[in-house]
Amino acid sequence: MSVAPAVVPTGPGESVHPLAVRVAAARSRTHRRATTVVAVGSLFALAAATASLLLGAAGLGVGDVLAALVGQGSPKAEFVIVRLRLPRVLAAIVAGTALGLGGALFQTTLRNPLASPDILGVTGGASLAAVGSMLLLGLEGPAVSLAAFAGALVVAALMWGLAWRDGLTGIRFVLVGIGLASIVSGLLGWLITRAEVREASEALVWMVGGIAGVGWPELGTAGSTLAVLLVLTVAFSPRMPLLALSDDSARSLGLDATRARATAIVLGVGLVAVATALAGPIAFVALVAAPIARALVGHGQAALAASAVVGAAIVLVADLVAQHAFTGFAVPVGIVTGLIGAPYLLWLIARGNRRGSDG
Amino acid sequence: MPRAATVTHPTGTPDRRGARRLPPIATLSIAAGLLVLVALASLAIGTRQVPLDVVFGAFASPVAGDADQVVVRDLRLPRAVIGIMAGAALGVVAALLQGATRNPLADPGLLGINAGASLAVVAAIAFLGVASPFGFIWFAFGGAAVAAAVVFAIGSTGGAGATPAKLALTGAALTAATTPLVTLLLISDEGTLSQFRFWSVGSLSGRGLETAAVLWPFLVAGLVLAAWLAGRLNLLALGDDVARGLGVRLATTRVVTAVAVIILAGTATSLAGPIALLGLAVAHAARGLVGGDYRWITPLAGVLGAIVLLAADVIGRVVVAPAELEAGIVAAIVGAPVLIALVRRTKGTSL
Repeated sequence: MSVAPAVVPTGPGESVHPLAVRVAAARSRTHRRATTVVAVGSLFALAAATASLLLGAAGLGVGDVLAALVGQGSPKAEFVIVRLRLPRVLAAIVAGTALGLGGALFQTTLRNPLASPDILGVTGGASLAAVGSMLLLGLEGPAVSLAAFAGALVVAALMWGLAWRDGLTGIRFVLVGIGLASIVSGLLGWLITRAEVREASEALVWMVGGIAGVGWPELGTAGSTLAVLLVLTVAFSPRMPLLALSDDSARSLGLDATRARATAIVLGVGLVAVATALAGPIAFVALVAAPIARALVGHGQAALAASAVVGAAIVLVADLVAQHAFTGFAVPVGIVTGLIGAPYLLWLIARGNRRGSDG
Repeated sequence: MPRAATVTHPTGTPDRRGARRLPPIATLSIAAGLLVLVALASLAIGTRQVPLDVVFGAFASPVAGDADQVVVRDLRLPRAVIGIMAGAALGVVAALLQGATRNPLADPGLLGINAGASLAVVAAIAFLGVASPFGFIWFAFGGAAVAAAVVFAIGSTGGAGATPAKLALTGAALTAATTPLVTLLLISDEGTLSQFRFWSVGSLSGRGLETAAVLWPFLVAGLVLAAWLAGRLNLLALGDDVARGLGVRLATTRVVTAVAVIILAGTATSLAGPIALLGLAVAHAARGLVGGDYRWITPLAGVLGAIVLLAADVIGRVVVAPAELEAGIVAAIVGAPVLIALVRRTKGTSL
């Protein structure tokens, strides 16, 4: 039995090993693996997106779809493709990418697989603000999206303000987040139990997240915000390895982990807020995308790009299933994301167990 | 490769700012005294205020038909009993889970156990037409037990055993898998939703003493197992390798923990519905009060759990009187600031 160095018990920090040579070798191997995962994941997402554009009740062929995409199609085809299916596919990509990446930033920064925005109350804050604005103020449409965006930011700011004490310790931040999530879910429960059943049902639909009926204007806003956040994340990513260190290790190396951590959290919150404002808090994408990406890439890497691709792929496939597997009943995509992502994640965990490696 | 031994400070949370602690026995006695006071308050306070001497009279010299006495005996006593049982079970189960998984986030809510119970109950409403809290108990129990068993089974196979990260991730994944099914059943049928939403927030009302009468043997069995486990959890906190070296049979301990968790979480959820966070918060509070010794943390977490759940029930009766807020909602809204305050005071990250 080998004796490994004592490390932090949870999260990807576990695989940090002091031997620089082995690290370098492992890194180049992991790097190749990550590139493969991103490439395969992107192809998979592209296939799902294509299927989503081609399939449907309108009975359009490949030629019709292509013609409509370049603006040469019949008015009917153009309406179905450009007004209905394309925005939906793009919304799936935008929301999935943002949630996958946002979740990965949270989980890596806080070094706990449970530290996803779903569980820390960030998406809950968005839900509470949106459901409150629907049930109490009677708002709908873009106003609800705006409320959701604001709700996510408010909870994140509260979490920040309450957890900050000479720095941002991972576990304190997580526990404060869970506390806030519980307040939020208590208030949501109160709203849901007091509302009319029909309204409560509509609120539930919003709360699982859906991308049906997304239009071009909100897609433009969300897409451009996402693009800005993606650029910022790429600019930030060289400092990611810092996050895998524990506070003490970082300090003993003379590195400032706090600022890196703060930046990562701000980016993560921004990403989640964008996705939620566009599509509602599509359930569990932020939670499952990063662990799936990490398991595929291997060796506890942060795997940001892979998480983003996995997130987009999950939402695209889930939307395909949501549209075509249930006949006569419009299932919000957020119901299917959990049904697809979670069993896959469980399978990955079980498979990893059999190999004896550490989740 | 076996997991790295994680050596935790033997007393758990490091003492902060040299704060002096009461001896554990004193803390536990004070908590027990507080529980008695809260229980009396829960019998006396409500839409109809009942003086304490009438509360005592309701048991010492029962008068049939006396309205005050009837309220105390038939409405408030069952709620107090169920609150104490469910709260104690929640506190103990969270202490066990946190000790066994060495994860400060372990809680029946976060490990997917509540999600399993919710799925079973919503299926019972939607497909079998079950309609009363008493009818829900076996479904809740079964769902919670199956979920806990799945989490432990998937989370602890393989050479590395039930590592904290794997268990936590498995629980979260299980929640992610079941919640969409629950939501699907709810949004496809408003009748189911209107029943389920009141169960799902967690409440002590509408359950008679017969619920408590059915479930108390499970609670006792779970507490006995917890008492057996508490000392071993202290050794587990030193890391698997050290614990093994000290003669702890890890496999046995894990299986017993799993059984205790299944029984206690099932009992709590059957009694009061899926209540999240309460266990997590009181287990942290208990650790802050008595240090890292699970022989004290476990009972104290049980007593604190009962106090918080009962207090939440009383507060829920008062704040929006004559209407009521469910205890689960109040526990979430009141318990969370307590947890946050506790977390803000501690500096360390250790468990």
